[in-house]
Amino acid sequence: MKLIRVRAIAKKELIQVLRDPLSLAMAFLMPVILLLIFGYAITMDVNNLRTVVYDLDKSSLSRELVAQFRESGYFTIVTILDRPSDVDAALDANRGQVALWIPADFSENLRRGKVAPLQVVVDGSDSNTATIALGYLEGVTERFGQRVTGGIARAPIDARVRVWYNPELKSRNYIIPGLIAVIMAVIAALLTSLTIAREWERGTMEQLIATPVKTTELIAGKLLPYFFIGFIDVAVSVAMTVFIFDVPLRGSLLLLAFLTSLFLFGGLSLGILISVVAKSQLVASQIAMVVSFLPAFLLSGFMYAISNMPLPLQNMTRIIPARYFVAILKGIFLKGSTLRQLATETILLTIFGLLTFVLSVRKFKKRIV
Amino acid sequence: MNHIETAVEFSGLTRIFGDFTAVDQISLAVGRGEIFGFLGPNGAGKSTTIKMLCGLLTPSAGSGTVGGFNIMTEAEEIKKNIGYMSQKFSLYDDLTVEENINFFSGIYRVPREKKRERKEWVLEMAGIADRRGALTKTLSGGFKQRLALGCAILHEPPIIFLDEPTSGVDPISRRNFWRLIYAMSREGKTIFVTTHYMDEAEYCDRLALIYRGKIIAEGTPTALKQEYMERDVLEIEVEQVVDALEVLEQSGIETAIFGSVLHATVTDAGQESQRIRESLVKAGLKVVRIEKIVPSLEDVFVTLIEVS
Repeated sequence: MKLIRVRAIAKKELIQVLRDPLSLAMAFLMPVILLLIFGYAITMDVNNLRTVVYDLDKSSLSRELVAQFRESGYFTIVTILDRPSDVDAALDANRGQVALWIPADFSENLRRGKVAPLQVVVDGSDSNTATIALGYLEGVTERFGQRVTGGIARAPIDARVRVWYNPELKSRNYIIPGLIAVIMAVIAALLTSLTIAREWERGTMEQLIATPVKTTELIAGKLLPYFFIGFIDVAVSVAMTVFIFDVPLRGSLLLLAFLTSLFLFGGLSLGILISVVAKSQLVASQIAMVVSFLPAFLLSGFMYAISNMPLPLQNMTRIIPARYFVAILKGIFLKGSTLRQLATETILLTIFGLLTFVLSVRKFKKRIV
Repeated sequence: MNHIETAVEFSGLTRIFGDFTAVDQISLAVGRGEIFGFLGPNGAGKSTTIKMLCGLLTPSAGSGTVGGFNIMTEAEEIKKNIGYMSQKFSLYDDLTVEENINFFSGIYRVPREKKRERKEWVLEMAGIADRRGALTKTLSGGFKQRLALGCAILHEPPIIFLDEPTSGVDPISRRNFWRLIYAMSREGKTIFVTTHYMDEAEYCDRLALIYRGKIIAEGTPTALKQEYMERDVLEIEVEQVVDALEVLEQSGIETAIFGSVLHATVTDAGQESQRIRESLVKAGLKVVRIEKIVPSLEDVFVTLIEVS
């Protein structure tokens, strides 16, 4: 492998990317936009649940209960309703997601020390939100019950749970680092998927393969500029994660940089391999999308825990490099993991990268047809 | 021709695509320093042959050497010793003139101390020294083609393959281009050029005519004209060319349209010209002139194709 040739190809490729507004946007703008969109859109946290109240009791205690709901931060009291039929109407029209129905004998029951039933209707059409809302509801009512009865209400189990790594259980903290892996898997494959196909389409490949350039030089030269672009993308994404999304970065940046380069090597090589096989830009980019996005999104453990998947699917996730990068990012961001703790992921990413690189060199033919 | 003096030689060279034989067992030898023309209509197998010689296509059968290297097994060695310019413009449109030159001089590993000199040579040769910073796509056809040639021979290869180098280029640029080819030939370079322009064929030292994948004639332009045109060619100028063609073909005379005139191939010009004039007049056509001419390569080619 002659460095002078690798450099000539890398330089040419970089000039071409920097000169083409579309490539430039894909290289630098797309990751930022994707991170912002997904970062804000995908959230498992529920707050500001629209809540309507139908209060038949109209006592100081019932008002206190409503106030407690409001103060929890999870519920926003939208309206106080006057008629029972309004409750149905509010939920049907999606004005409220939660309805509190306080019976007329609510405060009476409480004062007598009897069980005070409280009817709560939750819009279950978004079951995820409903489940989380139920959890909050229980919390608020239990605390209220304890307060008004002076703590004598029964509390048979007093479990004091501590959550590690993400004490506030902010879903953002575990989603965003994984999101970087998903986005970069797609960007890396897309970026390089076009390079070789484009040269075949434009006819420039014919001139190139008539020169003594070696396949390894050609592919290495094509990888290099995208490697730097990908690296910048990750750096920007990490900065956004820390400064815009307030996700704590507890591990070593150096380790993150090292493992990022391993991941990029594999992801970019995959794009090259696709480009070599497809020979047409359109086909190549479509294959790259499907091959990189779907597995990275669904099977990387970024959103859906791998341990909850059926066994065959769990085994499938093992061949998806994004899975290891998701684990690496979550580990370094939230746990401050070390290289030793991420050894398996590191080794597997290296193997994946080398394999796809060697395969694309093997598959590339310095021949027409 | 002894072995040392042979730049390109091959025999039985064949390329089959599916059930179509593009090149059918052709054999040739090209001497060092020759301008060798590979002449034939579109689709005759010219480009396929040149691509096999340059190591871009694997031959289906046959053997041969380019610059002493085996075309079947040493394609990569061959690529170091040749310059190849493809039929389609294949430089990078979105790179500047200078960036294209820099790219190829990197690919060909032109030594650092020669880089500048070679770059200036290409710019000078292509006549675009003042446009070195311009994007290649803004150049006109003739300049593009000379830049492409320059980039293909930055490493000063002894053998140069040009595939239809002048297609789609204006006449003046074409003439300039041939001047370049002559200059390179004087430096001892071997030039293997394909063309379908008959006038260009006349510029070559030697020619091979390829038709439907087979070489149907070979020799110097003069020899081809003498050897294959034992018969005479009559140039016939009439007012109704198409009607005249019909009349002559009906009376069994080999005739072809050449621009605004007809060329008829006959065994004896003296005897036949009178007969032709009579039959044309009888058909009510107005004959302007009939005269015996020195056959052009095009006549040779048309005759040869009709024979095969």
